[in-house]
Amino acid sequence: MDMNRQRRAPIYEALEKFRKLHVVPFDVPGHKRGRGNPELVEFLGQRCVGIDVNSMKPLDNLCHPVSIIKEAQELAADAFGAANSFLMVGGTTSAVQAMVLTACKAGDKIILPRNVHKSAINALVLCGATPVYIDPKVDKEIGIPLGMELADLKAAMDANPDAKAVLVNNPSYYGICSDLKSIVKMAHDHNMLALVDEAHGTHFSFSDTLPVSAMEAGADMASISMHKSGGSLTQSSFLLLGPNMNPGYVSQIINLTQTTSASYLLMASLDLSRRNIALRGKQSFEKVAEMAQYARDEINEIGGYYAYGKELINGNTVYDFDVTKLAVVTNRIGLTGIEVYDLLRDEYDIQMEFGDISNILAYISIGDSIQDIERLVGALADIRRLYSKSEKPLFTGDYISPTVATTPQKAFYAQKEAVPIMECAGRICAESVMCYPPGIPILAPGEVITKEIIDYIKYAQEKGCSMQGPESSDISYLNVLKEGSY
Amino acid sequence: MEFWFEELHTDNVKMSIRVEEQLFSGTSDYQRIDVFKSPEFGKFLCSNGSVIFSEADEFVYDEMIVHVPMAVHPNVKKVLVIGGGDGGVARELSHYEEIEEIDVVEEDQMFIDVCKKCFPNNSCGLDDPRVKIFNANGLRFLRSKTDYYDLIINDCTDPLGHTAGMFTKEFYGNCYRALHEDGIMVYQHGSPFFDEDEESCRAMHRKAFRSFPINRVFQAHIPTCPAGYWLFGFASKKYHPLKDFDEKRWMARNIKTWYYTTHLHAGAFMLPRYVEDLLTEEEN
Repeated sequence: MDMNRQRRAPIYEALEKFRKLHVVPFDVPGHKRGRGNPELVEFLGQRCVGIDVNSMKPLDNLCHPVSIIKEAQELAADAFGAANSFLMVGGTTSAVQAMVLTACKAGDKIILPRNVHKSAINALVLCGATPVYIDPKVDKEIGIPLGMELADLKAAMDANPDAKAVLVNNPSYYGICSDLKSIVKMAHDHNMLALVDEAHGTHFSFSDTLPVSAMEAGADMASISMHKSGGSLTQSSFLLLGPNMNPGYVSQIINLTQTTSASYLLMASLDLSRRNIALRGKQSFEKVAEMAQYARDEINEIGGYYAYGKELINGNTVYDFDVTKLAVVTNRIGLTGIEVYDLLRDEYDIQMEFGDISNILAYISIGDSIQDIERLVGALADIRRLYSKSEKPLFTGDYISPTVATTPQKAFYAQKEAVPIMECAGRICAESVMCYPPGIPILAPGEVITKEIIDYIKYAQEKGCSMQGPESSDISYLNVLKEGSY
Repeated sequence: MEFWFEELHTDNVKMSIRVEEQLFSGTSDYQRIDVFKSPEFGKFLCSNGSVIFSEADEFVYDEMIVHVPMAVHPNVKKVLVIGGGDGGVARELSHYEEIEEIDVVEEDQMFIDVCKKCFPNNSCGLDDPRVKIFNANGLRFLRSKTDYYDLIINDCTDPLGHTAGMFTKEFYGNCYRALHEDGIMVYQHGSPFFDEDEESCRAMHRKAFRSFPINRVFQAHIPTCPAGYWLFGFASKKYHPLKDFDEKRWMARNIKTWYYTTHLHAGAFMLPRYVEDLLTEEEN
């Protein structure tokens, strides 16, 4: 990384310059620097609406960058150790979709972990590729899905040598990392692309002590949620390319679905945040890691809670752990993560990132202070004192390998009918059924519903698991494909 | 030369104090601290631009936050002061011989040092041999304490700044746990007059009222506070601030005060209608 060059923020600089020119706007947006919408100016401020402008000569164009946006993309690529980068204004969802659409077309196969983000499945609906799923192993104690096992990946590649790509989530929401370097090598040995959904790992490129980043591991493409740990505005992300990708083709793919009026607020926020973490990220993320570790130690000191960390590392399904993540297992004090999440928000004015059946997750970032960490720890201690019950055993069933009968795209467009669940065996499912814990789908559109799966759903429901996704909330029936319509 | 300190009490109301000179300015990990010398209020200390106390009016809240609970609780041996690095609260506590331990938990060392240098009349309170100063976060300090104190005084003033954690349900809950079964907690309750302050005043009462079986609010007139008007909270596990108030016992101590009297003790709990109403609304 060229530190001197990283001091530049070309989009921000051009906007600052532009602001002082007082150009008369006879172009969109129609609010004309806010003059046409005083309430918006009152709410967002003049500086903010004043740079909400359209693409123009001094400000470049995201659809075909030639000047300042091009430079900002080069700087981002340099900061993340990538060959090329793209500013994304449709969130990391758009970056994940660009990865999948670049790698596969209709009829192609792509290898994915079963708990892949829905943005990837939606990309399969768009492009018509067929998913090959890998079982993410589950930690039954804490009820979360883990990383990708190399033996499983090898088996999937051997069984599907024609697959075009492997997509990995790394790190997971909970901070679990797979053996990324080996996965990339295995993909390349099998002539497949290695795609990484690095939505929760923006910070990996800026520290020597955190797990390896996608680009460092040699991945071909990576999606970076700059707005998560990177500090940019919501909805702004980066797509990174390795040296073997054709940036021209990726740009064409991005432009299929990308807006032609990209927001300069989002792009400037990407530019400034990239500069910030390039120049100061190392110290900032070390401080974040320290705060998270302090919180983990203090929370484990309270008793009853389990804030897990590097001790989970097992060389395989937990190859590494992102210590900036702070997830806490709550079921040992007899409360679900969702209950603790609600208590924290309603009673203690503390907003967590999420709560599931057994965990809560606090997103610790460069914007946090130790005083706020003390509040969280103090609130968790108080919740234990006031609300704890006897421990609830956690049920996580065994993985059922799905049978993909048709592509997500065909399932999406097929005619459907609702059938009582007990009569669904042998039919093809039209919707997703997700079971928490551990947050892994049991069924996805296009998959065969078996008797084993029906029994599993019934049993998991009895054990208190939460089933999400289907139209019928108690899963008394499922939407299935009409025979002959796909 | 016109040299004025200004503080916005709301976006539309400003307090100005003529200043003779600035004695200190520095920024710690927690706040910016400034000390000024003024003809009207003597020396006064600001945190992030807000007056925290002045030589002329600190006696009001230091006396009120200490003598009110001390005239109610019959047997205070262990006291915890959260914040209070200036020493004013400790100074008032040092009048009571039965107290054995005064733990002062002040996170900001710079605050203690500046007060030592500029406000010896306050910081002398910290020289009492019963005082132990802990340079720690209040919430963290409290987590290790269960059934230990007779009285906790929350001397932090800013519910939105770096001491925001001391105005929360978890703070009141952790105080409850740290107190003996007949313990009392008193705390700064802000000023209810201006609309913007009213909301945080309400929020405080909402949280504290549900954390302790007995919860009353009392008032004082403090010129440098917004609207010159300040409230305190009295949260207690057992003793009622008026029914268990022992006037005679306190009179017999012969403590010299400038603001607190036993008559005022009873009167301070008699609140204006609008304050009573807003508190009642939060209780229901």
